[in-house]
Amino acid sequence: MPSEQPADLSPAAIDRMVAEALAAFAAASSGAELKAARAAHAGERSPLSLANRAIGTLPGPERKDAGQRLGAARAAINTALSAREAEIGAAELQQRLIDERIDVTLPVELGPEGARHPITALIDLMSDVFLDMGWEVAEGPEAEGEWLNFDALNFTPEHPARFTSDTLFVAPLENHVVLRTHTSPVQARSMLTRELPIYVVCPGKVYRADEFDATHVPVFHQLEGLVVDKGITLAHLKGTLDHLASSMFGDGIETRMRPHYFPFTEPSAEVDLKCFVCHGASVGNPDAPCRTCKSQGWIEWGGCGVVNPRVLTACGIDTDVYSGFAFGMGIERTLMFRNNAADMRDMVEGDVRFSRSLKGMAR
Amino acid sequence: MRAPLSWLAEHVDLPEGMTGRELGEVLIRAGLEVERVDEVGAEVTGPIVVGRVLASVDEPQSNGKTIRWVQVDVGPTHNQPHPDFPQGCRSVVCGAHNFVVGDLVVVSLPGSVLAGGFAISARKTYGHVSDGMICAEDELGIGNDHTGIIVLPPDAGLSPGDDPAGYLVLRDDVLEIDVSPDIGYCLSIRGLARESGQNLGVRFTDVVDKATPATKADGYPVQLADPACPLFVALGVTGIDQSVRTPRWMARRLVMSGMRSISLAVDITNYVMLETGQPLHAYDAALLRGPIVVRKARAGESLVTLDDQTRTLDPDDLLIVDDSGPIGLAGVMGGASTELRGTTVDVVIEAAQFEPNTISRTLRRHNLPSEASKRFHRGVDPNAAYSAAHLAARLLVELAGGTLSADETVAGAVPDMPLQAIDASLPSAILGVPVPTERVVEILRESGCDVEVDPSTIPGQERLSLVPPTWRPDLRDPYDYVEEVGRKVGFDTLPSIVPTAPVGRGLTQGQRARRAIGSRLAATGFVEVLTFPFVSAEDLDRMGVDADDERRALVRLANPLAETAPFLRTSILPGLFAAVARNTSRGNDDLALYEAGSVFFAGSGESAPIPSVEHRPSAEELAAIESALPRQPRHLAAVLCGLWRRPGWTGPGTPAGWQQAFAFADEAAAALGAAFERTPAQRAPWHPGRCAELRLGGELVGYAGELHPEVVHEFGLPERTAAVELDLDALIRLAPVDGSIRPVSGHPVAKEDVALVVPADVSAAEVQRALIDGAGELLESISLFDVYTGGQVPAGHRSLAFALRFRAPDRTLTDAETAAARTAAVAVAEQRCGAVLRAF
Repeated sequence: MPSEQPADLSPAAIDRMVAEALAAFAAASSGAELKAARAAHAGERSPLSLANRAIGTLPGPERKDAGQRLGAARAAINTALSAREAEIGAAELQQRLIDERIDVTLPVELGPEGARHPITALIDLMSDVFLDMGWEVAEGPEAEGEWLNFDALNFTPEHPARFTSDTLFVAPLENHVVLRTHTSPVQARSMLTRELPIYVVCPGKVYRADEFDATHVPVFHQLEGLVVDKGITLAHLKGTLDHLASSMFGDGIETRMRPHYFPFTEPSAEVDLKCFVCHGASVGNPDAPCRTCKSQGWIEWGGCGVVNPRVLTACGIDTDVYSGFAFGMGIERTLMFRNNAADMRDMVEGDVRFSRSLKGMAR
Repeated sequence: MRAPLSWLAEHVDLPEGMTGRELGEVLIRAGLEVERVDEVGAEVTGPIVVGRVLASVDEPQSNGKTIRWVQVDVGPTHNQPHPDFPQGCRSVVCGAHNFVVGDLVVVSLPGSVLAGGFAISARKTYGHVSDGMICAEDELGIGNDHTGIIVLPPDAGLSPGDDPAGYLVLRDDVLEIDVSPDIGYCLSIRGLARESGQNLGVRFTDVVDKATPATKADGYPVQLADPACPLFVALGVTGIDQSVRTPRWMARRLVMSGMRSISLAVDITNYVMLETGQPLHAYDAALLRGPIVVRKARAGESLVTLDDQTRTLDPDDLLIVDDSGPIGLAGVMGGASTELRGTTVDVVIEAAQFEPNTISRTLRRHNLPSEASKRFHRGVDPNAAYSAAHLAARLLVELAGGTLSADETVAGAVPDMPLQAIDASLPSAILGVPVPTERVVEILRESGCDVEVDPSTIPGQERLSLVPPTWRPDLRDPYDYVEEVGRKVGFDTLPSIVPTAPVGRGLTQGQRARRAIGSRLAATGFVEVLTFPFVSAEDLDRMGVDADDERRALVRLANPLAETAPFLRTSILPGLFAAVARNTSRGNDDLALYEAGSVFFAGSGESAPIPSVEHRPSAEELAAIESALPRQPRHLAAVLCGLWRRPGWTGPGTPAGWQQAFAFADEAAAALGAAFERTPAQRAPWHPGRCAELRLGGELVGYAGELHPEVVHEFGLPERTAAVELDLDALIRLAPVDGSIRPVSGHPVAKEDVALVVPADVSAAEVQRALIDGAGELLESISLFDVYTGGQVPAGHRSLAFALRFRAPDRTLTDAETAAARTAAVAVAEQRCGAVLRAF
């Protein structure tokens, strides 16, 4: 150990050490400067440490006084040091947070933008309306027996829908296999295989020998519903359709059941929606025509009715005990109404921009 | 069916001032599909008046035309003073020459508006001020005739200044109604007037007012030789004057109803058909040879129909024949040989009843939709035949100066209508709204039904005996009557009640799985598309699919939408390739497309039975239907090209290729908690060195990889396009249905990396498998983190580096334990794969 100056342990000397230390801490403007000041004024070789070491050389009574003074001085220095450390730390953190600022508008992505097709998403959404009511989702093959697609549904052999001009047939014709023209054969299958009562929806792809233009595609999708239970009435059908309509188009949507004809239902009706664009204002008003409803005030949504007892009979259900209702609507049409899709061709041409247009959701 | 309101109003007492649109609303509510209401002539406004030509001077013009300078008396209200004519007149320029002084014409005066919004004003032309215009038919919107102006007949009861609108039928509302197959009676003014009357509660007058008499054969001889024709009425009218033109009112109604005016006799049969719904046919009596016979065709027979087409007849076709052979396709179209012509003097009017399904088959077979077949195949009121024949005969007498022969023929009879019995409570029970028995009876009687309340039944539980009117063949089953009551009660009066379903089981496992896969693929960056499932054999050729490949088991359509794609797909890929081409042509270059859907493999080729509909088919019949259907598994497929990640400010892009194709399959499997094993495979349309089989539990589920360069070329796809196709049903079937949760160890992990040099033909999966098997149960996870070939490994070899994580469930592993497990892992890799541990 090198020889050292005898320490000056006088109160004045100690006060000076403290004052110098506090001044040095205050003068430090960064963590590094403070570290240096700490070494100089509170380190092993700082005047205070040297003074502390010299205490032992003092005679007893003085030693005690000096010890107290030094203790107080060290406490003052340490307090000041901590306070300054905290100040500088906070200032440095503050600066870091400023320096590290990013441009939050920069584009970021984990991967490419995927999407389910709007039709698929809408099928799920519509199915969910019924699943929530305790119904189930039934499915069946797209290439279907002619009996299930037509005969079981009370289409006579002469019915025009069975012409090759309307229905796509698997060759040869006499094998009686068609591409289903509606999802109704799934209803027939449900009646043939499920236990009563039956509450099902049947979404799926259907085929018609139809035009291919903005409002017709030969391959499209339907969602049909079927209920067979005791005491089922047309009023139950109306309630179900009202519920579906408000689920799809919001509360306050008006529906209308208009008598119609279908082989598989009796009584039959078409269900219309009050035009949600003009609300009927375009009817008889050539100055304000409505493209959505073609100035009719209503738009046709689907067909429905009480299941014809002939259909129940063909499926082996006792018509004295059970009655039922059925309905069906086009998914593409529903999408057009809900989301203003203008051209049906876009739905089947596979353009990714169409698929992504609803961000993969039914909304 | 197009129905002029004025015509309807002759048969039903419509409320004063009711418009076509208002009536349309009523009929829509009653179940008639009123597609539109045309306000015919609504844009034509007056003053349009009758004028008498007082003077006419021809004035040749320098442009070669000769115009007429005409003075016309338009009545005291509109005449202007004129020095030559004390009553006054208007002076107009006219380009037509088909009139003489004294004729009555139609004059539109200044201020009127003609068809097409053409406004009339006094204007200077050809050196005169023309103070109005003499009108032709087209200018008034009542025809296409512009060969001359309208000259009104002197006996029309019109004088100068009169409004000619009524006589010319300038203004009418026409309801256009799409008549559904069950209400054929609405293909007539009579039927629509009846519906209007019943739904408005106003009086309807039936034009069919004659009872069909019992069979008589006094007139032209007729023989019915087939049950498909139960009734045939034949009336003779002699001495018709073919020079008489169809009166304007009748021609107008035909045109407004969508038909053409042809000649008076033909127009009369069409007019009566529109009015009554009973199709009529008129034969030139002089051209008939012997008795009229109704029978089925014989093999080899043919007929030249009215449209001059030769039709080869089918033994199922119902014919009208005489001694000369076929003279008409019953209920569909008449024959050319006996049709009315200019020389016709005597006619035989046919009004017959034909069985709807027979007509339907003939119409379908010969593709001959006609006004007659449209009605017969829906069903025509058999009781209308006799009255309709007489209506037509009366018009021929009144308008064409003919004479009705007192001798008439009624062959056959009006068939009996079927009796049905229902509980009076049935409509209430099915409609869900109370309809008292009295109301049910009242409605059905108003609809023309014979209703008898069974006197032995007690009030509240009455049973009704019902016979429908002859014009309602659709009323047959009990529920048909329910609908009839419902239509009249109004569906809008029904309450809205949501039925309570029993507790449901939710989605099936498969349905949940498909949703999970779709959501995951979309979330991972894949875009779902829908494509048509039609392909050609050439699509498979271009994909390089062999002749004996299962994908050649194509299902052919008998009537494909396009002959270029006559088969159902056995692979989703051709449709996706087309979608890629469409997208890239539109500048969408970076694609990760997928589709889930059915594919079709030809099955047994057996015929599907058509069992009876009177009862549930037998189990055998249902099984036979199933076995006749193609096998239709659901597939899931994707195509990738361009960039998976585009270059950006964060770094370079990533091309989309075989890696993403594998990842697609892995994501689909992972959505169900499954993981595919991949092994090299050779399969069209993939690159033989870059294709993997995808297996679950050893079972083959699909293929993925980069496409064969030739396939890329054939389909015009971007270089290095990759694809994946798998059997979605199989994936779902093989995915785990349950799982158990192991305790999560809180003890520290020990990490060890190993790099192994292996021959290049040893797969990463084999090495990894060996390491796993060798490491034992302390191994928590393993992942490949580097693949290296180059100077530091021997030729024909590569280095695979794996990160291993060891952990024990119950203790902290010692260094010795970890080292032992690592050594054991490497030892198995050395032994199985010829691996050599490489020093880091």
